[in-house]
Amino acid sequence: MTSEETIDAPMPGVFYRRPDPDEPVFVEEGDDVSAGETVGLIGVMKTFHDIEPGTDCVVTSFEADNETEVEAGDTLVTVEPE
Amino acid sequence: MFDSVLIANRGEIAVRVVQACRELGVTPVAVHSDTDATAKHVRLAAESHHIGGSVARNSYLDSAAILDAARDAGVDAVHPGYGFLAESSEFAAAVEESPFVWVGPPSEIMRRFGEKTRARSLMADAGVPVVPGTTGPVESAEAVRAFADEHGYPVAIKADGGGGGRGMRVVRAGDDVEAELEEARREAEAYFDNPAVYAERFLDRPKHIEVQVLADEHGNVRHLGERDCSTQRRQQKLIEETPSPVLDPDERETLCEQACRGVAAAGYVNAGTVEFLYQDGEHYFIEVNARIQVEHTVSEVVTGIDLVKWQLRVAAGETLDFPQTAVEPRGAAIEFRLNAEDPEDDFSPMPGELSTYRPPRGVGVRVDDGVDEGDSVPPFYDSMFGKVVVAGQDRTEAVRRGRRALEETVVEGVPTTVPFHRQVLDTETFLAAEHSTTFVEDHPEL
Repeated sequence: MTSEETIDAPMPGVFYRRPDPDEPVFVEEGDDVSAGETVGLIGVMKTFHDIEPGTDCVVTSFEADNETEVEAGDTLVTVEPE
Repeated sequence: MFDSVLIANRGEIAVRVVQACRELGVTPVAVHSDTDATAKHVRLAAESHHIGGSVARNSYLDSAAILDAARDAGVDAVHPGYGFLAESSEFAAAVEESPFVWVGPPSEIMRRFGEKTRARSLMADAGVPVVPGTTGPVESAEAVRAFADEHGYPVAIKADGGGGGRGMRVVRAGDDVEAELEEARREAEAYFDNPAVYAERFLDRPKHIEVQVLADEHGNVRHLGERDCSTQRRQQKLIEETPSPVLDPDERETLCEQACRGVAAAGYVNAGTVEFLYQDGEHYFIEVNARIQVEHTVSEVVTGIDLVKWQLRVAAGETLDFPQTAVEPRGAAIEFRLNAEDPEDDFSPMPGELSTYRPPRGVGVRVDDGVDEGDSVPPFYDSMFGKVVVAGQDRTEAVRRGRRALEETVVEGVPTTVPFHRQVLDTETFLAAEHSTTFVEDHPEL
């Protein structure tokens, strides 16, 4: 039995799944990620904040689309802790 | 004059160009991204064309989409504002090759001034003092050390294709050369797609002083005096004023004359800014901004000359119809940038809705903005949503008027730089005009 957790937007901004438009996504759904590994970015005007899980986990799904506006507290990613 | 002009921008500068068009009897055509469908610049323009998604790359940086909009609208010219594509010589060239007139300097001139080492040699050849620096890119740590041996530390290593302080590293001692050079090249590659860097003497406590110039296609060049933009944080200007409180009349005349001479030698056309650093009574050219700037307002206020209208008139082939002697700046003006940023939290930007927005009014106050109450500052673009400009008979009156205007300014829904500005106006260093570009870093209490 596993329980899902969410990673929420810490601030309003724009959610990015890639470090740069021409680069691949940080992670795909189903990927194993480590605590502190970057899974996305929140861009606010010209500054960027890393989005990272607090524990080792599997990315279940992305709830926010790449390059879309998000509010503080919106769910960005659901993960399953390992 | 043109019948219609497409404004390839958003926010307060797009509104500013709409206003200039209206006063000239030109039809202003706006463009907008998804998030800006009902933005102020769209509301004020005669029509607006959707050019793509909210992320700037898909809209305001998409030159093909903008040129498509210009064709759809059947405009005569394209005004780029500042930021976005305004400094792209590729976009300028694309407009030049299109049926539309580019409202700005010729793309070839932009290209020359866009490369900082080339701009420095252009100005140096015209007899304008430049910060001592290498004449070309530096490839090795030995080259940086050789330069430092001659001119001393600190040395700045800067991106050849750069600007705005990005891609710049400061070397304070010989041991740091390798690390800083490597980092500068890495940043230059990341930001500007060009790892070339050059070295120059780093001024520790400079003032930033710039000269507004205006040139037509017929060989006439005028200046509108200087602006002092020394109140910056992380090399971004926050407060700009004219005249500079530190220049004496001789220095002012020399600076302005040199700026005109330098751009004239380069065959410059349209509005531009020649930027200098000033320290210990010496001034050095740093770069030319080949576009209208945020702070053009203070020059307009003291000279009564409408720079944005002149940009359009010059682009339409008109001749500057006033001699230099007719440019007679009166009094002092100060601009305060209204940014959706939290000065209490290291100026971190914060988007949101302006649930309350009451800009100041009254004698000697000008407000340029891209929003009205109820509008949002979106997270996709710059945090600046407006500018408050105050004028006075002298700097003292302008400062007092600034305090009054900023007290009247009410913004709710996003944090702003207003409280910061109020504090600056009570800071002795600013009042005595002893501040340099490191002012914010030097005053952690602000």
